[in-house]
Amino acid sequence: MIELTINGKKVTAPDDVTIIEAARLNDINVPNLCYLKDKHKFGACRICVVDVEGQKNLQASCMVKAKEGMVIHTNNKRVREARKVLYELLLSNHPKECLTCSRSQSCELQELGYTLGVTESRIEGAQSPAEVDIAPSITRDTSKCILCRRCVTVCKEIQGVAAIDTQNRGFDSTISPAMGLPLNEVNCAMCGQCTVVCPTGALTETDGIQRVWDALADSSKRVVVEVAPAVRAALGEEFGLEVGTLVTGKMASAFRELGFDDIFDTNFTADLTIIEEGSEFLQRLHSALTGGDAVLPMMTSCSPGWIKYIEHSYPEELDHLSTCKSPHTMLGALVKSYYAEKIGVDPKDMFVVSVMPCTAKKYEVQRPEMMVDGNVDVDVVLTTRELARMIKSAGIDFKSLPDSEFENPLGFSTGAADIFGVTGGVMEAALRTVWELITGKELPFDKLHVAPIVGLEQIKTAEVTIEGTLPGYRHLEGVTAKVAVTSGLEGARILMEEVKNGTSPYHFIEVMGCPGGCINGGGQPRSKDEDYRTKRMEALYREDEGKELRKSHESPAVQELYQEYLKEPLGHLSHKLLHTHYTKRDKY
Amino acid sequence: MKVTQEKCGCCCGTNEMELLLCVKEMIAQYKGKEGSLIQALHTAQKIYGHLPLEVQRVVAEELEVPLATVSGVVTFYSFFSTQPQGEHTIRVCLGTACYVRGGKRIVDKLREILNVNVGDTTEDRKFTFEIARCIGACGLAPAMTIDGEVYKQVNPDKLETILARYYQEEQGVDGNDN
Repeated sequence: MIELTINGKKVTAPDDVTIIEAARLNDINVPNLCYLKDKHKFGACRICVVDVEGQKNLQASCMVKAKEGMVIHTNNKRVREARKVLYELLLSNHPKECLTCSRSQSCELQELGYTLGVTESRIEGAQSPAEVDIAPSITRDTSKCILCRRCVTVCKEIQGVAAIDTQNRGFDSTISPAMGLPLNEVNCAMCGQCTVVCPTGALTETDGIQRVWDALADSSKRVVVEVAPAVRAALGEEFGLEVGTLVTGKMASAFRELGFDDIFDTNFTADLTIIEEGSEFLQRLHSALTGGDAVLPMMTSCSPGWIKYIEHSYPEELDHLSTCKSPHTMLGALVKSYYAEKIGVDPKDMFVVSVMPCTAKKYEVQRPEMMVDGNVDVDVVLTTRELARMIKSAGIDFKSLPDSEFENPLGFSTGAADIFGVTGGVMEAALRTVWELITGKELPFDKLHVAPIVGLEQIKTAEVTIEGTLPGYRHLEGVTAKVAVTSGLEGARILMEEVKNGTSPYHFIEVMGCPGGCINGGGQPRSKDEDYRTKRMEALYREDEGKELRKSHESPAVQELYQEYLKEPLGHLSHKLLHTHYTKRDKY
Repeated sequence: MKVTQEKCGCCCGTNEMELLLCVKEMIAQYKGKEGSLIQALHTAQKIYGHLPLEVQRVVAEELEVPLATVSGVVTFYSFFSTQPQGEHTIRVCLGTACYVRGGKRIVDKLREILNVNVGDTTEDRKFTFEIARCIGACGLAPAMTIDGEVYKQVNPDKLETILARYYQEEQGVDGNDN
């Protein structure tokens, strides 16, 4: 520990922390902009400057280490004036379109102006070259960029993708893919983590709201909505509810208020995914153990950001991917076949809206593979943030909505489906079902949670030795199944290197493209809570534990679907509606 | 492409495919060496003449450096060009000393004579016109270089005479003083 003086108060701080961190630990907030705790320290914006006695120049408190005996002023006249000028310089090269910007009221730059007490824009100057790039998932407007480089850090270091970087120099600097190429033509995974950290409206999800309003207003359309598990653990934050509040029931009511005709749950097809993916895994395992040519480890395919990443980075390893579509496209395909038939509506008149914690899913639904008989599985994907905006715009008082239920037949789910939204959840859900299928007994873990793969670590592994197999699965007796779970694309890269080199010891790997899984997806609310990922994760486990049925194969709704329609897992209809193939892409 | 062929140590030909292969071969030595991107790009530029996207792709893949990072470096440093280069490169120094002593007037005059903007190449591919940020010849300000040869205390009115020499050479011995 060191002792120092901040604003006249003697305080202590751990060794090796920066001034901004030392101040924060003593309940002193230093205004800042580009700094992102534990993620991004770049000193780009200089807003966090402080006055350190004995130092001629003001110091960027996010970069300079706190030292024993330092005397620091975070709020004297010199500092306040410097910050104001720095802010005004940023503002001189920023379009003042706040009233029509999608980040209005959630913009960190806007908020900072208020915090610093900037009430006029005194400095006029040249504007940086502006370029608007509308990719299927992400819209980039360089005129709103303040060059904080948070997006570059997230893309390069946290996700290991590096689709964007600083281009050109000085005043011409922009954050862009190589040579100004559009995002859609490079190796961008569309994960949208950049849109979560962008402090302004420079990086946002590509708008899907207008098409949804249009469909809702069109009386010839039957508009179906479905919603991913992670949304219910985060949507409430947009309405000021405590982080980690579950809003499943309110959300269903909000859909009804918005005028959707059918309110379904992507959880339904999460359960279905477990049946299809679990069967596929058992088939592969059987083949591999009996000298067949099945490819192991099998890898999950629910996360479209991960899919795009592997297609670019490891195009020769696509056989490792499960052929299952992601749950929301499965549901879309079922709505436009099974359900359309059931209610006697032409699939062409059905309009499916998916509410997802994800930006990559906006891209996914535009893939030519996500189409059955000429109908796209899902028409529009909205992010959690977009749904919140629609609810606000419709004048719905979200917090006072009563709880209500999803509708049948595609609205029921077990607890196993809820945890699809968090890293480790898909694997745990699969193990709950597969284990019971081959042994006839319940998965031997406390509360059915496979403890080694629960949590937010980058890579988690577990092994279980299969004993007491049922007839038909004797070939698995004594086999030690090894599984790995990762979230974030840098973790995926680490596991893929092993797969590529043939040294991967695993049978089954779960990959989610965003760190922590869908709870921290690129379309989720931008949280200021330091523990938001843990709180959202706990919410999903709570949702799971609160349900009577917690194993996908126990879902009566899924059982009914097989009886009535699909007949069997991996059958003809399943292949047509629920499975897909992948596309090799260039590395860059 | 005549000049580039002379500078490339391998037996490459002159078409783009062969040049790209040559780039790949010559930068292989930098693979896995941290901090060697700039050297690799210099090598690539010597071979190919400039660094368009297709050359940057080769560098990115060979060195296993993200393409956006490669492009970031190429577009940052003025010594790298993404456009085809002229036979001769003129760099006018606009470092502080040269700027104060009238470097800007040289730039204006050259823009007029060559009829191109800074960073561009003349239509006849004779000259590429660039700006340098201090060439370390402050005592000779205002200075410029043509293919590395320093011209000191340049008088804007004498620029046409200087440039004329480079046209005359063509009729004489091939190649230049570099």
